[in-house]
Amino acid sequence: MPERNVCIIGGGMSLWGVREASIIDMAQEAAKDCFDDVPALKKEDVDGLLFASSYCGRSAFQVNIAPVIAERIGIKPTSMCTRVDTLCAGGSSGIILAAGLIKAGLADVMMVAGGEKLYTPQRWETYYSEMASIDHDWDGAQGMGLPPPFFSMTAQEHMKHYGTTKEQLAAVAVKNRRNGSTNPKGQFQKEVTLEEVMAARPIVPPLGLFDCTPITDGCAAVLLTCEEKAKELSDRPLVYIRGTAQATLHSMSMNWPGEHLADWVHLRTAAKKAYERARVGPDDIDVAQTHDCFTISEIIEMEDLGFCRKGEGGPFVESGQGDFGGKVPVNTDGGLLACGHPFGGTGIRQAREILNQLQGRAIRQVEGAEIGLTHNLSGLNVEHTILIYGREP
Amino acid sequence: MGFENFGTVSFTAEAKVADFITQLEAGKVMATRCRKCGGSYFPPKADCPKCLSSDVEWFEVKSQGKLLSYTVVNYGPSGFENDAPYILALVKFDEGIQILARLSRDIEEKDIKMGMNLTVNPAKLPDNRIAYEFRRA
Repeated sequence: MPERNVCIIGGGMSLWGVREASIIDMAQEAAKDCFDDVPALKKEDVDGLLFASSYCGRSAFQVNIAPVIAERIGIKPTSMCTRVDTLCAGGSSGIILAAGLIKAGLADVMMVAGGEKLYTPQRWETYYSEMASIDHDWDGAQGMGLPPPFFSMTAQEHMKHYGTTKEQLAAVAVKNRRNGSTNPKGQFQKEVTLEEVMAARPIVPPLGLFDCTPITDGCAAVLLTCEEKAKELSDRPLVYIRGTAQATLHSMSMNWPGEHLADWVHLRTAAKKAYERARVGPDDIDVAQTHDCFTISEIIEMEDLGFCRKGEGGPFVESGQGDFGGKVPVNTDGGLLACGHPFGGTGIRQAREILNQLQGRAIRQVEGAEIGLTHNLSGLNVEHTILIYGREP
Repeated sequence: MGFENFGTVSFTAEAKVADFITQLEAGKVMATRCRKCGGSYFPPKADCPKCLSSDVEWFEVKSQGKLLSYTVVNYGPSGFENDAPYILALVKFDEGIQILARLSRDIEEKDIKMGMNLTVNPAKLPDNRIAYEFRRA
C-alpha cells in the first residue's frame, strides 16, 4: 500500500480548570465534543485510540487507562489502543504516532485524546509527582522540583545575554490572556494589564504569577484519518499533517549542549527537520501555537523556531509581531498561560486550534490562514515536538 | 552504604555508582570519566552514555567552577518545605562537567555575581544526611 496523506478532521475539549470530575469524566466530555464536531462519523469507524497522560498512574490512580477510556466513550478499537507519555508533549507525540499508523495503513480513523487530573484531595501529591519529571535521583535530591526554578534560570540567562526585560516577558502574558478571554473552554477568561503582570507576586523571580501556567484539570481530543476518508466525512476544507519532528536531549538539565540555558539547540534541530518535511520555512507559517509554559518560553521559541533572529524574541513580542496583525499570531486561543496545562492535553488543544484556524472557524480567526504550526517542549526542556499543518498535503 | 541518606529527600536507594556516597562521606565530590572515549560525567555514570563502555574511572571535581545561573526557591517541593528558601545554582567546571547544587547558606543573594568562582564540596545535612553544595572559591 502506498503512503497515505493524513488529515485532522475534528477536535473537542472538556472544560479546563479546577474540576470536580475524574480524568475519565473529562476524557468523555472531550471525546463527545470531538464526535459532535464530525457528525458524519460513526463511532464504530474509529479503529484506534491513543491517550496522552503522564500523571494518570499517580494522581488519578489509573494505569492502562486507554481501554478504560475506550469503554467510557463507546468505541472498540481494533488497530491500536494505548497510552502515550512524553509529559507536556504527550498529546503531540500521540498525534505524530497516530499519523504514522494511518499513513502506513495500520489504522484508518484514530482518536488522539489526552489530559490530566491534577487537583486531588492530597494537594501535595501534584508537587511530589513533579519530581518524577526531572533527573530526580540527583537534581531532585537538591530540591529542584517544580519547573519554575529552571525557567527562572533560563529567563535570567536570556536577560543577561540579550538584554531581555521583565516588560517583554509581561507582554506575552498580556497577549495570551487577551486571546484566551474569548475562549470558553480555557481556565482563565480574565484579561490582565501590563501593570498587573509587573506588580504580581513573585513565584521565582523574575517570573511572577502571570508569567507561569497554572495547574489544570482537563482533557482534549482530535480525530485523524486518511485523505480519502476525510473527504467522505467532512465538507469542511481538508487540513493535512505536512511535517513533524521531535528532538530529544540526553540529559534532564545538567549536561546542557547549548551555549547557555536560553539557547535551545534541540528546538532548532526539531524545527529544521519539521520545516524540511513540510517543505515550508518559518516565513510561511500563518499561525502558531507554541509552548508558553512560562512567558520566557514563548520568547525563546520565537527565536529558535526562526520567526525572528536569536536574541530578538523580546522586542518581537513587545512590538506585537506575535499578535494579530503581526508577523505570525501565536497562541491565538490563549495558549497555556490562559487555557492552562493538563500536560497530555496541551498538544491536542493546540492541534484543535490550528484545525479551526485553517478551516476559518476559530474564535479569534487569523484571516486566510493556510499553514499552521504547533510546538511543545516537555519536562525541563528535554524534548521539543513540532507539527506543521496545511490546507495542501 | 548507598543513597539512603543522600539529599533532603533521597529517591535512589541503590545504584551502580554508590561509591559516590562513600567518597562524599570521605570529603570528596567525585565524577566519572570513560577510559575508552574520555567522556566526563556528573552525575557519575557507571557505564558511558557515549560509547556504552563499562571501563570508567572516578576522578575528584577539584577545579574552581564558574557560576552560570541561579534561582531562589521560595516554595520547595513536597519534602523540601522546611528547607525553603534556598538557592540552586548551575556551575561549569574545567573538567568538562556542569553541576546543579545548592549554594552554601553563607552566600547571600546580594553577593552573587554571574561567573563568580565556586567549588563543590560535601555538605552535612540535619538527621545524618549528606549532599554536596557550592562554596566560595
